[in-house]
Amino acid sequence: MNDKLKNTRDEIVRISGVNPKKCMKCGKCTATCPAFDEMEYHPHQFVAMVENGDIQPLLESESLYRCLSCFACVDRCPRGVEPAKLVEAVRLTVIRKKGGNRLKTDDIPALLDENIPQQALVSALRKYAK
Amino acid sequence: MKVSYFPGCTLKNKAKQLDIYARKCAEVLGITLEEIEAWQCCGGVFTTSRDEVATKLSSVRALQAAKEKEQVLVSVCSACHNVIKQTNHAMQNDTEFADRVNRYNDVEYDGSTKVYHYLEMLRDLVGMDKIKEKVVNPLNGEKIAAYYGCLLLRPNSVMQMDDPENPTIIEDIIKALGGVPVIYPYRNECCGGYVTMDDPEFSRKKSENVVVSAKNGGASRIITACPLCKYNLDKQAPDIPVVYLTELLAEALGVKEDGDER
Amino acid sequence: MQRIGVFVCWCGSNIAGTVDVQAVSEALKNEPGVVFSANYQYMCSQAGQNMIIEAVKEHNLTGIVVCSCSPRMHEATFRKTAAAAGLNPYMVEIANIREQCSWVHKDMLTGTEKAIILGKAAVAKVNLNTPLVAGETPVTKRALVIGGGIAGIQTALDIAEAGFPVDIVETKPTIGGKMAQLDKTFPTLDCAACILTPKMVDVAQNENIRIFSYSEVTEVKGFVGNFDVTVKKKARYVNEDICTGCGACVEKCPMKKVPNEFNLNMDNRSAIYIPFAQAVPKVATIDPNHCNMLKNGRCGVCSKVCAAGAIDYKQKDEYIQEKYGAIVVATGFNPISMDKFDEYAYNQSKDVITSLEFERLTNAAGPTAGKLLRPSDLKHPHTIVFVQCVGSRCAACAEKGKEYCSKICCMYTAKHAMLTRDKYPDTEVYVFYIDVRTPGKSFDEFYRRAVEEYGVHYIKGMVGKVFPEGDKLKVQASDLLNNKQLHIDADLVVLAAAIEPDKSARPLATMLTASMDTNDFFTEAHPKLRPVESPTAGVFLSGTCQGPKDIPETVSQASAAAAKVISLLVKDKLKGNPCVASSDELMCNGCSSCERVCPYGAITYEDKEFRMPDRTVAIRRVAKVNPAVCQGCGCCTVVCPSGAMDLRGFANRQIIAEVDAICK
Repeated sequence: MNDKLKNTRDEIVRISGVNPKKCMKCGKCTATCPAFDEMEYHPHQFVAMVENGDIQPLLESESLYRCLSCFACVDRCPRGVEPAKLVEAVRLTVIRKKGGNRLKTDDIPALLDENIPQQALVSALRKYAK
Repeated sequence: MKVSYFPGCTLKNKAKQLDIYARKCAEVLGITLEEIEAWQCCGGVFTTSRDEVATKLSSVRALQAAKEKEQVLVSVCSACHNVIKQTNHAMQNDTEFADRVNRYNDVEYDGSTKVYHYLEMLRDLVGMDKIKEKVVNPLNGEKIAAYYGCLLLRPNSVMQMDDPENPTIIEDIIKALGGVPVIYPYRNECCGGYVTMDDPEFSRKKSENVVVSAKNGGASRIITACPLCKYNLDKQAPDIPVVYLTELLAEALGVKEDGDER
Repeated sequence: MQRIGVFVCWCGSNIAGTVDVQAVSEALKNEPGVVFSANYQYMCSQAGQNMIIEAVKEHNLTGIVVCSCSPRMHEATFRKTAAAAGLNPYMVEIANIREQCSWVHKDMLTGTEKAIILGKAAVAKVNLNTPLVAGETPVTKRALVIGGGIAGIQTALDIAEAGFPVDIVETKPTIGGKMAQLDKTFPTLDCAACILTPKMVDVAQNENIRIFSYSEVTEVKGFVGNFDVTVKKKARYVNEDICTGCGACVEKCPMKKVPNEFNLNMDNRSAIYIPFAQAVPKVATIDPNHCNMLKNGRCGVCSKVCAAGAIDYKQKDEYIQEKYGAIVVATGFNPISMDKFDEYAYNQSKDVITSLEFERLTNAAGPTAGKLLRPSDLKHPHTIVFVQCVGSRCAACAEKGKEYCSKICCMYTAKHAMLTRDKYPDTEVYVFYIDVRTPGKSFDEFYRRAVEEYGVHYIKGMVGKVFPEGDKLKVQASDLLNNKQLHIDADLVVLAAAIEPDKSARPLATMLTASMDTNDFFTEAHPKLRPVESPTAGVFLSGTCQGPKDIPETVSQASAAAAKVISLLVKDKLKGNPCVASSDELMCNGCSSCERVCPYGAITYEDKEFRMPDRTVAIRRVAKVNPAVCQGCGCCTVVCPSGAMDLRGFANRQIIAEVDAICK
């Protein structure tokens, strides 16, 4: 792992507050994940890949935007690892970069329909933009 | 009894029924919801990263406002409640975070405000017996599916509302109103949430699971406290009404009138 | 003035690697009272001990300091050496320069400096040591075994076999414990009842064994060799001596809707009941919470049908006092509650069961007469999912699960899976595992047979959630090796619930002043070398009260505990610990502080006549220590406001001399 990757890894661990070493590789997070089918990397892989410093594929993956933040993996993990917080930290690493916004304000009007609640907009902006 | 009330953006727009009936029903049950002055949007989701401060300041200001009035802080929107409760928990338990927040705000907030969801207010401050007593139009055994979603229950270590895997709080209220709760396994699974803005098809599948599961359980209506859940479920539920729990409450307490929400 | 010899041990490189042993023995040569100082590679070896004996003779030593490992390791060794050299054994002090010095320091300079200081403290203490003589107490030649499962049964049988009387106290109406509820046993698949019930009969027929069933220990006083125990025999409303166990009452009892705890509430029993056919003692018990006669005086059927006239509605709880020389704890385990794991829907579907419930469902004497039928609709399940580690290895939050591995689940799950496939080949069986742990004789071979011969699907992964939909249990799980999420429509889900010590263990530990770990398992005196003894003298451990274990391990430990008990009971007298408290009557002001803090009840007060300086006689109330009961904990010496109470061998002035030597 080069220094740059190591720094990214350490930063992700720090801002998420997650200690990936606590993982015992049981796979309950992935078992419980409602976004499994839509994800290229699954919750247990996020934990293992961050621990191993294998970050680049995660930064480039669509999986970052499929996590529903439903916290099922957080609640059901027997070791208190909190994978969703790790996914969020990786996503922020991407979004906080210049030009890293997933959702651009200009795109929003096209996404609206008559019934869409304000909550959907603000939540999406929180998740997909800085 | 008076409590501080954080309605949230959506309740002022697309989810007026959630807000209006929350107030009306609370009055019937002896509680006045006092809207916090100049509240700001909670942001919809709680960012779990510990270094994210700015997005949590509005919650802290609301919590501080309630503290100054020596009141508990109630919200009825699941998302607002989740964000405010998680922020309050971080203020109590993450001193580094709390210090940074307090450097931004003009007043130091210590995490001491008690945060209630409207449901918890009904259970813990009103009581099921009082609700039963005030019912004028009982639901007459109507089968109702309570939809919790994620935000009310998880993360359980912070939310502490109920057993996150087998909750009873909404079911108890349905029973108090004379209805029959439908226990179905998707009641605490995600509806697809905000991903509807990024990948509507994925979100649709998640909502469909919930609606089908509730229908299989024989429900004639689904109730929720979350505008985004309602939006997602509505799209999958042409033949089963999804209503806010405050609407159902208002119906049973006899304070629902047509045109209220306009 | 003492003539002290100092012996510094290298312990190979254990000490000498971080401590300059030569420098230590040189430095201690100059301490007051020291007339000889040496170092040697292994002081505990025969050569090392001989070196001490010769030095004692040559230099007329009166006291010895050994700078070596913890006194827990070799204090007894060196005391014996001193005795062989003609010294009082209590003239030996150990300076622990291994565990508390060389092992925790890396730097030779600081390590050596600390070793010298510890040595100086020991020298300062020996200077004030006085010869102590241990008293003797007689041994009551009877043992108490608390718990009547396979652990308690085996321990009792072994002790009785050696000729000593044993009492078993069991809270349930019958002995047999968890093993009586099992169907088959791994890895040999012999029937649990077939191998257990003969032992239960042996217990019943052994004239050295008394069984107090439906009873509990309520008070323990005394000490090793002389425990005074109170046992509460709960009223069972049946005269045990007359009841023949014919079962007529059970059959005729009109109250038949009582959940049957023996079958884990999967069927019902009557209000008067015998838990199972081979119960020992085979006598009926009336459940007072459900008996109409006891509740409102309306019934009396059992009394009418009992030919022996054994029913006694007026029976009261009875308290029995007995003396014992040794106590064995065999309180066993229970599966944890599944309430906090409802993602598996245990509380939402009858067809989600625990492994112990599965045992009853496959047991010929169980609620389905041994046919594997699912509880909701009594249909034969075609797809069964077993989930391992439910609540075991769970460190997320303490109120949910247990951090430890429950040890038995991998093997019993392999057994359940194999037996299901054997009896019902049309059934698909899935086992979700984190790791398969099979370290035992013929264990891994057994597990592999389940996979290779019986076609059980072992999947490395976990179940995330069980969705009860219609008459199916939709199981959502991970398959980590294939990086897949699986969705299985199951008919039955079996949870391998973690095991925890029985709830009675904690209050019992308090009564026995025996120590427990944070999980409420009893702590052994030494994890490797004294695994069946509690640190409290005379209290022994048998079975799962000490930690999760399977039947072969439990039986081994049960027999080991029996051997320890026997070697205690064969002694006519026990040498006590001379390091006990004693009170200076002239200084005692009779305040009772010591009596209140003594955890062993060793201190009493008596009125004593004192001749005063003016030749009058005054009567004063003073503390008196029973040296046989005192364990030398020292609580009394700390609370005594007048300084009258002191501990022999650890007198206040000795401790202060040590502190002074360290701080000098």
